[in-house]
Amino acid sequence: MSILIKNVKVVGSPGISEKDKLSVLIENGIIAEIAKSVSAKAKESIDGEGLFLIPGLVDLHAHFREPGFENKETVETGAHAALHGGYVACMTMPNTNPPCDNASVVQNILEKASKIPFYLFPCGTISKQREGKELAEMAELKRAGCRAVSDDGDYVEDALLTRHAMEYVSMLDLLYISHAEDRALSRNGVMNEGKVSTRLGLRGIPNMAEAVAVARDLTLAEFTGARLHIAHVSTREAVSLIRAAKRKGVKVTAEVTPHHLIFTDEALTAYDTNFKVNPPLRQEEDIKSLREGLLDGTIDCIATDHAPHREEEKDLDFEEAPFGTTGLETAFSAVLTELYHKRKALSLADIVRLMSRRPAELLGAAEFGLIKKGIEANVALVDLAKEWTVKKDYFQSRSKNSCFIGQNLKGQVVLTISKGKVWKFV
Amino acid sequence: MTTTKTKWTKKDLLGLKDLSREEILLILDTAKGFCEISKRPIKKVPALRGRTVVNLFLEPSTRTRVSFELAEKRLSADNLTFSGTSSSSLAKGETLKDMARNIEAMNVDLIVMRHTSSGAPHRLARYLRPGIVNAGDGINEHPTQALLDMFTIREKKKKIEGLKVSFIGDILHSRVARSNIWGLTKLGAEVTVCGPKTLLPVDIESLGVRVTYDVDRAIEGADAITLLRIQLERQKESFFPSLREYMQTFGITRERLERAKRDVIIMHPGPINRGVELADDVADGEYSVILDQVTNGVAVRMAVLYLLSGARS
Repeated sequence: MSILIKNVKVVGSPGISEKDKLSVLIENGIIAEIAKSVSAKAKESIDGEGLFLIPGLVDLHAHFREPGFENKETVETGAHAALHGGYVACMTMPNTNPPCDNASVVQNILEKASKIPFYLFPCGTISKQREGKELAEMAELKRAGCRAVSDDGDYVEDALLTRHAMEYVSMLDLLYISHAEDRALSRNGVMNEGKVSTRLGLRGIPNMAEAVAVARDLTLAEFTGARLHIAHVSTREAVSLIRAAKRKGVKVTAEVTPHHLIFTDEALTAYDTNFKVNPPLRQEEDIKSLREGLLDGTIDCIATDHAPHREEEKDLDFEEAPFGTTGLETAFSAVLTELYHKRKALSLADIVRLMSRRPAELLGAAEFGLIKKGIEANVALVDLAKEWTVKKDYFQSRSKNSCFIGQNLKGQVVLTISKGKVWKFV
Repeated sequence: MTTTKTKWTKKDLLGLKDLSREEILLILDTAKGFCEISKRPIKKVPALRGRTVVNLFLEPSTRTRVSFELAEKRLSADNLTFSGTSSSSLAKGETLKDMARNIEAMNVDLIVMRHTSSGAPHRLARYLRPGIVNAGDGINEHPTQALLDMFTIREKKKKIEGLKVSFIGDILHSRVARSNIWGLTKLGAEVTVCGPKTLLPVDIESLGVRVTYDVDRAIEGADAITLLRIQLERQKESFFPSLREYMQTFGITRERLERAKRDVIIMHPGPINRGVELADDVADGEYSVILDQVTNGVAVRMAVLYLLSGARS
């Protein structure tokens, strides 16, 4: 099986200029040749005229919902959504049912994923049952294949348990992912606390709920030496805390989602539950800080927090509807539209670094995030100029709860090649 | 008072946030005409004959529900009330859209809706042909209460523009305060909110009101004072130390009222916590217009139903 992509510009390949039109030959799933012209005949030929070939995207934060919530998403539909959006690897969060707190759940997920040409990294839990009371068997989780642990969806409230968890993960060299939200401060909140929540009469989640939680975890990471990763940073205060901690040498990394980089709490004016996300959409000043954080390296990468929910759940009234938006199928286009086209803040190479190379490094998966001869072909072919409107029927995900529905985006993933297989969704 | 020439065109009454000054005045002027009907021996006009109104109360309510039911009956509408709580099957699990479609399928003309969740009527209004009257959504708005408050102020003071109106108590959880703030500021009143800092919404100043934590300053010079109910549960949620301390610090007593204008009016949307937000002798005293508010409520609701029903024909 061979694939030849012709006339394509390549980004994210060491030593290759983005300006050259090249041919990329993939043989038996391996990148066999990158050259001005390739004489070999391929079974499948793809014209890359006007397009860019980039390393397949890597997401550190996705919810595939299996086991337990297969009506929202499964390993298979989640992987298809990912491939549709240019992703070749995802770390899936452990708030499943049962939670991914033991080896058998990890194995079950990995077995399902093994049937799809896609890379799935299950994230284990920090505590048993994600209850924040006892440590999960993290050494066994690691042996089963976990590279990170998180009680995602919940903050580990108990500071002593957190201390012990961080000491334990630093011994195992696992990544500790923190869902930084002080539950007492965010209690009953459904959106950002501020002018808009006052105007809409909705209960607020204050910035301090994130800031306080980040501050404690940074302190504990400094003491324990754990590799701490702050999930879905949303506030200016968290950005400055992380920036200061990095300067001090704390082993901290952070991610931000496309929706937190793009929307403010003003998006909630019509009580549209697709904008009900946790952490909530914040204010313009926060977005500004998040962007600055991305540019100066305080924030390491962009992650989707792809959180599928059924339409009937999102159709409940605002307070009862669950938090979350899907993201895998819109992330690349949304980031490109906002930060490349509109604000000209990021280059395509920056986007590749933030959405592929850096998350791959944090996963300890150096085989992703670059294009070079001799490695497995995990790449995406993208059209930077394609203008399109996000519609419900676009999604491969089993759920359609996207806050990008109705948005006009510029740039789209044309196809994804994962483990050498071409994925093109029409 | 001038009679506005505005015509009512909106399908729903969701909140005073969305209304213009002219629309608010139109409702208040219309309500004036309806006051008299409730004083007749035969308290009925045929304005809504043949129209069906469903009262969907998904949060416990006595006063507002009864007031709406009377308003509907006095307009000769066919009405029925569905009461439930947020824990009933209707609120839990059934989507708003399904709920809406079921009601719509029965060819209802107007739905009066109270819901525990802010924004619920706004979302329902988008799915539905029938007009929606918001009878209180979460902590967001309670437009007919604010309208009857403004009606009462206007009745007593002959105007609203330039008046000083203070709200004292739990502003954070008060949909009555929010609706009043939208309405009164649009009509040119100077609004002050007062309460413990823990019970004032963030950035409330952005709605164009003055904030004070000193109850005496809220009283001084006020033409009208509305007290808001303090719920005991809020003490358990650490919003304030005790009802005792609340009364001492923010409660309205006769002594405190000495600072007020001599023609101040005291209002309360009910139900009153006697001895907490206001003393007995204030609630029943000469400044109190609390029962006038209740009386006016029926007329204001008649006006709202009448205007919405007219916009439909």
